[in-house]
This record gives sequence, C-alpha cells and structure tokens, in this order.
Amino acid sequence: MLILDIVLGGLILGGMYALVASGLTLQYGVARIMNLAYGEVLVAAAFASYLLVTAAALSPLFGLVFILPAGFLASSLIYRVLLVPLVRRAKTREALEVDSILATFGLLFVVQGLAFVLFGGQYYSYSYLSVPVTIAGSTVPANRLLAFAVAAVLAVGIYAALMRTRTGTAIRAVAVDPASARLVGIDVQRVAGFAFALGGGLCAAGGVLVSMFLTFNAAMGVVFTMKALVVVIMGGVGNLMGALVAGLLLGLVETSVARLVDPGLTLAATFGLFLLVLLVKPTGLFGRAGR
Amino acid sequence: MRGIGLRLATVASLAAALGAAVGSAAAQDKIRIGYAISKTGPFTGGASITTLPNYQLWVKEVNAAGGLMIGGKRIPIEVIEYDDRSNSEEAVKAIERLATQDKVDFILSPWGTGQNLAVAPIMNRLGYPHLAATTNTNRAPELAKRWPNATFWLGLPSDISVSFVELLAKLRGEGKVGPKVAMVSVSDQFGIELSTAARDALKKAGFELVYDKSYPAGTQDVQPLLKDAMAASPDVFAAFSYPPDTLGITDTAKVLGFNPKVFFVGVGTAFPVFKQRFGQNAEGVLGIGGWNADSPTLKDYFKRHVEALGREPDRWASPITYASLQVLGQAIERVGKIDRAAVIKEIQTGSFDTIIGRVKLEGGLLKEVWAVGQWQGGEFYGVAPTAMAGARPVVVPKPEWKQ
Repeated sequence: MLILDIVLGGLILGGMYALVASGLTLQYGVARIMNLAYGEVLVAAAFASYLLVTAAALSPLFGLVFILPAGFLASSLIYRVLLVPLVRRAKTREALEVDSILATFGLLFVVQGLAFVLFGGQYYSYSYLSVPVTIAGSTVPANRLLAFAVAAVLAVGIYAALMRTRTGTAIRAVAVDPASARLVGIDVQRVAGFAFALGGGLCAAGGVLVSMFLTFNAAMGVVFTMKALVVVIMGGVGNLMGALVAGLLLGLVETSVARLVDPGLTLAATFGLFLLVLLVKPTGLFGRAGR
Repeated sequence: MRGIGLRLATVASLAAALGAAVGSAAAQDKIRIGYAISKTGPFTGGASITTLPNYQLWVKEVNAAGGLMIGGKRIPIEVIEYDDRSNSEEAVKAIERLATQDKVDFILSPWGTGQNLAVAPIMNRLGYPHLAATTNTNRAPELAKRWPNATFWLGLPSDISVSFVELLAKLRGEGKVGPKVAMVSVSDQFGIELSTAARDALKKAGFELVYDKSYPAGTQDVQPLLKDAMAASPDVFAAFSYPPDTLGITDTAKVLGFNPKVFFVGVGTAFPVFKQRFGQNAEGVLGIGGWNADSPTLKDYFKRHVEALGREPDRWASPITYASLQVLGQAIERVGKIDRAAVIKEIQTGSFDTIIGRVKLEGGLLKEVWAVGQWQGGEFYGVAPTAMAGARPVVVPKPEWKQ
C-alpha cells in the first residue's frame, strides 16, 4: 500500500524532526537564546547513549531516564553561567539574540572539541531493535517506531504541561510578550531559564532517540541544528504545536516526494515548503502576527 | 644507489649556497612536517578514520626508530597540525601558513577529493610534493600532468564502477545473477562520477537498469528509496553512498528483508564500524575498496594500527595512505637532504617497498588499487580487479539478512 507506506514513513520521519525541533523552539522562542550549540548537545546525548548501550549494555530507553535530566541540568547550568550575564546586559530582545548567537557559537566549538577529544571524529552507530514491524502491510523499523512513540509521549506531555499548568502558562506568556509577562508578576528570567533547560532536556532526549537508528560523529551537530531551525521557523518561533506540526509536515512532504516524484528532490521540496510558508505566513504556521 | 661522498658533497654545497638564511637547515635536528586536516565539519568522519590515524602512526613509528635517515644521521620528525574545518579556503590558508610562516620541510595532504583538489595549485606553486592519497577523481591523469608535484593514489571512480560491472558480467556469464540492476547514488560529484561510469558500463555489458535514482547528501531516511528499489525486484543492488548513508541503507535493507543476490554499498563499507554494527550480517556485502588481508605486511600493519591507536584501520584508503607516507619517507632518505624538487622526482620515478607491496607510480598515479571488496568471514577482502594479487573469488548470492 503506497499511501500507507508514505503516511507511516512520513510521520515517523517527521516525528523525529518535530522532537528535535521542539527543544529549540522552547529555547529560541521563550528564552530568546538562538542556541547554535543545540545540535552539539544533541550529539553529546547520542554519545552518552552509545556509551550506555555498548559499555554498560543498557537499553537506550533506560538511558533516557538519565540523559534527559542530565540534558536539563546541563542546559540549566549553561543558562546560569554563560547566558544570564548576557540576558542582564542586553537592552533589547534583539540584542540578546545577537549576543546569544555569538556566545553559543563559541559553546558549539567547546562541545564539539570535547566530543572530538573523547571520541575522535569517526562514525559511531549501534544496533538496537533494528527489526521489522509490520503495520497493516507496511514494514517499518521497530527502533524508528519506538522513537516516534517516545517522541509522541514527550510532545503530548510537554504540550499538556504548557497548556494546563501555571508554569506552562507563564512560559507561553513569556514567549508571546515578555514585557507584559513581567507586568503580571512573572519572573521572566527564571521562566526563560526553565524553558531553556526544558529545551535542553528535550534536545538530549532527541539525541538518545536518534542514536538508535542514525550514524553520528562528533562533527554532525550542525546538521541537526539546521533542520531544527527550519522546523522552528516554519512552525512559528516559540510555539510547540507549530514545531510539531511543521516537523510532521516536513517528514510527510519529504517521504511523498521521495516515493511519488524523485528522491533527489527531497531537499528541494523541504526548502520549497519552507519558502512557501514564509511567503504566505512570514511568522510561521502558528506564529503570532507581527510585532 | 648513489655514492655517499657525492651526497655529502651536495649537502655541503647546498648548505654553503643557502648560507645564513636557512642556516638551521644545514645543522637540522628536526624534520618539520605539517598538515591541515578536518577535525571539525563534515569531513571529520573520513579524515579521522583514514588519514589522521595513519599520520599519527607513521610519525610515531619513524620517531621511535630515531627519525628519518638523512645524510647518515637519524633526524626525528616534528609535526605541525592545523584544523582545516572541512573548508577548502581554510585548507589553502593553512598550507600557505605552513609553508611561509612555519617553514615546514614537507606537507602531508588533507583528506578527501575536494580538499586535495583545492590545495593542489598552492602546493604546486610552493613546490611541495603532494601525495593525494584520498583523492578519487576521473580527472586525476590530467591533473597529474598539470601539477607534476602531485600524485594520486586512490584510482579513478570510473575504475571502481568498471571493475564492479566487470565482476557482475562475469557472475552473469556463470549464471549466478540475472540482468536486473537497481542503483542509487548520492547527488554530489562523487556519486555522479561513479554512477555515470556505472551506467555506461552496465549498458555496454547488457544489464537492465530497473531503478536508478540519486538522493541528496545527508538524507536521514532511505526507506522510500529502498522500498522502490525493492519493488523493482533487482538481481543486483548498488549504492554509491557516503558512510552514514551506507550504514543507513544496509540497515534498512536488512529491516525490509531486501535480499538481492548482489548487495553493494559505497564509502564506509570498508570501515571497522560497518563490521561492528552489522556483525554476521556484514557477510557477503560488497563495497568500495578492500585489501589483501592475508598479506603478512598488511597483517603486521593492522596489528600496529590497533596497538598504537586502539582501533582498526579502514580497509580501503588507510593502507594506501600509510604506504604513501612510506614512499615519502623513503624518497626523502634516498635524496638525503631537504630538497623538495628532488624528492618529487624520486616519488614520481622511484620504486618503493611498502605495506601494500612494491609501489611504482605511473604518470603520477598509483595504478594497482582495489576497486571492490567483500566482507568474508569478518574480513573485507579485495575481490576486484581480479588481476590484483590476493584477489578472492566473490561469494554470490549474499546470505539472506538475519534479523
């Protein structure tokens, strides 16, 4: 069944994009930190997962229990040590964006350099649940399906938390308008720091899940940063639902173009869609209208 | 063999001629060797598997022996290393810096076809021997003529494709495979050169291309490609792919239970990570490269590589890279002084004993290079060109994937 193949394959690929992008949308949209080291953190989590699987013979899902909080804590620390001084100094959000790009660009090289020293530049890959699962006649790899399921659980959980809890509401308020958020008694800096750390946790989770089926090395972070950035901007900066929808859409478009038109045109289709969205809705699918 | 007296006389006259400007060169206590290599960016993977470990291994071994024998004295090597950040402009800048500021005696090549082609003009202008061990381009014969200081060691992409198709034609003659071929390739220069050559050769040999598509580099899901390739029920599947895709394609083929009689994947098949990742399932997989694993010198090299670096070499360009360094070292020793023009001439015309056997370049090219290898019993043996010493018979059909 071609249609089912496309939908299933597209959703699974898109789910990965969505998960990878959801952390960045929290960091960029709420904390206003354009984290260029995002992909490096993701790759660091993939390495951690690799170590747990190969050296300690643990399941990567079990690794998630450690690595996700570790990503949260590490990001929280990065925010406090490296970024808070920038936040304090910045006169406007735009200034903070520029400063954070420079600072995280430096961080990118630090994390990448550490990964290179520890692991070298060669490729890493491990086999986990690399077995077929058949859903209504369409075959998909179990590891990708599992990653999709975990990503879905995380996404629904975070989305519910954003919509239903006080902190979640505060995060959304800061994403929409930090100046007004302050007026209603929200500690913007604390909320922004929390959102940045949460984004780091999601990023680490993405790294663990991606490592189950992709080959990676110390230099590959930028690939994930770029893809995540496309999804974030397409979905609307700071909007989690936007990132999820845009990620899934991208996966579906890539898979259908590969199957129905030509696999050589997937990249063109990605950027075509990106361009189209920006032309029609410059603030992204779910972005708020103008500033 | 040249007379020692003549050699000493030349050293003396050279020292006198150059005078104080390079006064240190006469009483040289170090040979300065520099290189720019990708330690960040997309080329890091290839550079860290094939090139950097061999540079480290060679320098370590030469220095453990006291250095290179120059003018009757062993002189140790001092290394100056830069990161070219997988960027050709950075590589060119680093080479320029190595030559003009660091004043190194010799420069080793960067990793990859693109980087080597980028630095070739400046290496030529500065007069350094350029041993492009990891350059695979159809233009190599022409470039070797244009830049006489440059030598090319990895064969031509068309050789790889043609050797592969010859192998297929032979198998077909023996009735072991049918005429249907499915082919995918990465859509950059490497993939295009290989797939174009393969397409022509397949057509000439009377094969039928039932699926022929390219994909952008960095594709993270190859399932759509493989599902369509599989639907065409080919006898032969060939992917001219890069390492992450090579692993992805193989894994996806396994998951989908795609079992063509011949399964060929691109760069990365020869990497140790392939064996580690697929274990038993690597058995019978064909790929670019290969080596004669039974050769005692290569066995010894393998052992030294693992001991010194803690990991296995790749089974395509690693031994060739190491051999190119041996050639450079021997050429320097034969010339007996830091005379780059003479070293270039020696590399071009001399004959050298290396771990891959006797090396004698023809027109600046190493001609005897493995094109196709196959995993057999946990080792990636060279199977084509069949005329190569130690070529193993190819095992067809590939055993079915075990889940």
